[in-house]
Amino acid sequence: MYLLLMPEIIIALLGILVVILTLILPNKGQEAAKFVTTAGIIGVLVWIFSNFNREASLFNNIYLIDPYASFFKMLFLTASLLVILSSFKYVKKFGRRTSEFYAFLLFTILGMMIMVSAGDLLTLYIALELMTISFYILVAYVLNRETSQEAAIKYLILGALSSGILLFGISMIYALSGTTVISEIALCLREEPALISAVVLLLAGFGFKIALVPFHMWTPDIYEGAPINVTSFLAVASKAAGLAAMVRFFMISLDLFWFDWHLLLAILAAATMIIGNLIALVQTNIKRLLAYSSIAQAGYLAVGLVAANDYGLKGVLFYSMVYVFANLGAFAVATQIENDMESNEIEAFGQLGKRSPFLAAVMTVCLLSLAGIPPLAGFAGKFYLFSGAVEGGYVWLAFIGLLMSMISVYYYLKVVKVMYIGKAEKNAPLAIEFPARIALWICVLLTLLFGIYPVPLTVLTRNAVSLFLG
Amino acid sequence: MHNLPILSLTLLLPAIGAVFIMFLPKDKVKFIRWTAALVTFLSLLLSLLVFIFYDRSTGGMQFIERITWIPDLGVSYALGIDGISLPMLLLTNLIGFSAVYASWHIKEQAKEFFSLLLLLITGVMGTFVTTDLFIFFLFYEVVVIPIYILVIMWGSSKRVTKEYAGMKLTIYLLIGSAFLLLGIISLYVKAYLLTGKPSTDLMFLSSLDYDLSFQIFVFALMTLGFGTLLSMFPFHSWSPDGYAGAPTAVSMIHAGVLKKIGGYGLIRIGLFILPAGAQVIAPVIAVLAICNVLYAALICISQKDLKYIVGYSSVSHMGYVLIGIAALNLISINGAVMMMFGHGVMAALFFALIGNLYEKSHTRNIDDFGGLAHQMPRLATGFMIAGLASLGLPGMVNFIGEFTIFVGAFSEYRVLTVLAVSGVIFTALYILRTLGAVLFGPRQEKWDHLQDLKGVEMVPLVILGAAIILGGFFPFTIMDLINQGATELLAHINLLNIGGI
Repeated sequence: MYLLLMPEIIIALLGILVVILTLILPNKGQEAAKFVTTAGIIGVLVWIFSNFNREASLFNNIYLIDPYASFFKMLFLTASLLVILSSFKYVKKFGRRTSEFYAFLLFTILGMMIMVSAGDLLTLYIALELMTISFYILVAYVLNRETSQEAAIKYLILGALSSGILLFGISMIYALSGTTVISEIALCLREEPALISAVVLLLAGFGFKIALVPFHMWTPDIYEGAPINVTSFLAVASKAAGLAAMVRFFMISLDLFWFDWHLLLAILAAATMIIGNLIALVQTNIKRLLAYSSIAQAGYLAVGLVAANDYGLKGVLFYSMVYVFANLGAFAVATQIENDMESNEIEAFGQLGKRSPFLAAVMTVCLLSLAGIPPLAGFAGKFYLFSGAVEGGYVWLAFIGLLMSMISVYYYLKVVKVMYIGKAEKNAPLAIEFPARIALWICVLLTLLFGIYPVPLTVLTRNAVSLFLG
Repeated sequence: MHNLPILSLTLLLPAIGAVFIMFLPKDKVKFIRWTAALVTFLSLLLSLLVFIFYDRSTGGMQFIERITWIPDLGVSYALGIDGISLPMLLLTNLIGFSAVYASWHIKEQAKEFFSLLLLLITGVMGTFVTTDLFIFFLFYEVVVIPIYILVIMWGSSKRVTKEYAGMKLTIYLLIGSAFLLLGIISLYVKAYLLTGKPSTDLMFLSSLDYDLSFQIFVFALMTLGFGTLLSMFPFHSWSPDGYAGAPTAVSMIHAGVLKKIGGYGLIRIGLFILPAGAQVIAPVIAVLAICNVLYAALICISQKDLKYIVGYSSVSHMGYVLIGIAALNLISINGAVMMMFGHGVMAALFFALIGNLYEKSHTRNIDDFGGLAHQMPRLATGFMIAGLASLGLPGMVNFIGEFTIFVGAFSEYRVLTVLAVSGVIFTALYILRTLGAVLFGPRQEKWDHLQDLKGVEMVPLVILGAAIILGGFFPFTIMDLINQGATELLAHINLLNIGGI
């Protein structure tokens, strides 16, 4: 049994080890922490990949090991690995607190991993809190910058509020069914009007975590204020974790035929896609632009859950994974720019096409994948999602999604335009450190590969969603 | 011969060239240029081989290749070519090859330019040779972004800035493709629900029976998508601005072949899969087509900028193609495909010459010019060939297309066809006026320093000019092919009526 929990145990131990390392090796600890974390994450990633199809349920169905959970665990670990690699240089800003940064990062990963494996609402909630609380600290990590502190306070208040809402929803579900085990809820759920408010509260709670409109207000400020590597991890991994838990819960527990939460979620998804994309059109700061774009992306992902069929769910998984590479690729480039220019304004990308053709090409590919332009991976993901929506009868939702993703090309291309014909404040070639170069190559190559030949990923997603569809 | 994956080779050579160029050092401009020229030349050669070895006695899809690509979605990398797509393939390669020579003088960031250009050519070609809907859309959208970057980096800002032109072009086409993609997804899901088998194969999709309202819905979406690409009124306004801002090679490819994906798609995908929907929507297309023909022609008369004249004239000519498609009979469809081929070579030649002239004189305003035939006789010859082809002079390939369309369409839409024919008069008016103002008249000394076409600059003129004239004198080489392809297509959907007066 403990063997099955090995990945979680290793990550937890790794987090503690990294904290201790600085204490016993005061000078070399900071550097050692980097390498220990990186190596540990790679190890766990390989472990999970090689045991991908293992299925087990522990502690009376409270904790589940299945391909679905493994898929998302791989996603979190890959994302964290890319974040760590691309911000090797950036973390120097954190000074003596670098190693704790890695420790908190590991704890957020632990939280996410437990979240996707949770077969019980309370376990899910505790894991969510572990993740969120670690994020509160990470968001405030640049102590001398006001925006960072402001972001942390905002995140703390709104995060606590949304957790409260979620918990309230969970308690109502418990009241109506007498259990918190996800697989048992569906059997004992009493169908009373109170259930509607429970579902609405849960939608709102999860909506906060994945930033669906109208629960998205916190994202832009917090994304802008937080250190850029935290922002990128927050935008990608925490969103995927929230969504993964949401999908598991809604698909297994709430198979209701007298209250159509699909339609409610469809409206939220439509609003998210429209508002996220429209506000992104006028942004001038790359972090805010990516924040609004990530709101829009959450809308696309929610479409898959609305459809709740084969294509839709595969789409959720497929798209979350390719979103990792595309979004982290874009953030990795932004990190390099911030290292060089000390700025997050889009103007700082001026003449990147000349200063570093590689970075400009990566940025272009990643942004266009976010927009869903073939032959990049985002297109295959959207094809799944919107095929699911059409199959589920939500043609209008698919239309809004497609139209908005074409409109989104406008603001992504604005960045591309600056990179190729913008004015440059500096003309010197931009140096990229080696680990970041690896991360960038991984992002761009996988984005291209999964766009042109998505089969490796479709095989994984097919196995992962089989638990919902038999 | 048939064991060689000849279509894949034709298709992938430019892509391989593009990747190869990306790894070349950026100061080896000459080497980069020659690489681009070599791969497009080989592609052209291969497509000529396909043209020659295509077995006209058996017809149908030939040179078929099929590799299962994404089993989960039912996508195959499926290539094949028939009488309708073969002229388009040939057209793409004729123009692609000429476009490289038309960009011979690009020095600034030549590496990026040529690799993007080659990607663009691959994308366009891919749409014509594939028989899989997913792959079709993939290639179709691949072209959008290289075009954007090519326009904003190497374009020219005259009446509109190149940033504006590039963005307008891109957004219009992408929004059009949002409609198209919704249509494709609906079709795909419907076929999946009907048969339980996911597939994006065109043959498979066309073998199913869809109910009428569904056909109308999807065909309407496709009309919007492909219509935008074909600059159908009122979605045409990206076209003149886009061409004006784009660098020569992009204008050539865009006006020459990319636009034709719209017409080709309407026939190959819309009509082929959704014949009943097509019959309902066709009258709407026909009316819009007349707006194209007349409205754009009238605008042309008042234009001063050479690129705008050709830009609007291409909008006007696409009206003929649309009415040919809308008439839905064998002759009119034959004419539409022939017209697409003819207009392609003509527009590409026009843009190549305008680009060349602009490069030397830095102006495109027809009032600035006059008597250029004195200084630049070869350029003037080119302009004359393109211009006369444009107004449909017999002996040029365009005449065949226009005439066939009118014959085919007349039986369906008498009034509209008469109106369309009157478009020819306007075309003659603005083309002759332009040619007269630019080429003839007294010699102007301020243009004495202009050098006539020479060396590699002659390549577009020779290749495209030859295509126009050979196509005009020996139309049956292409027309027989198209006829065969269109007959098979219409027979497949039980719509085979010959049309004509």
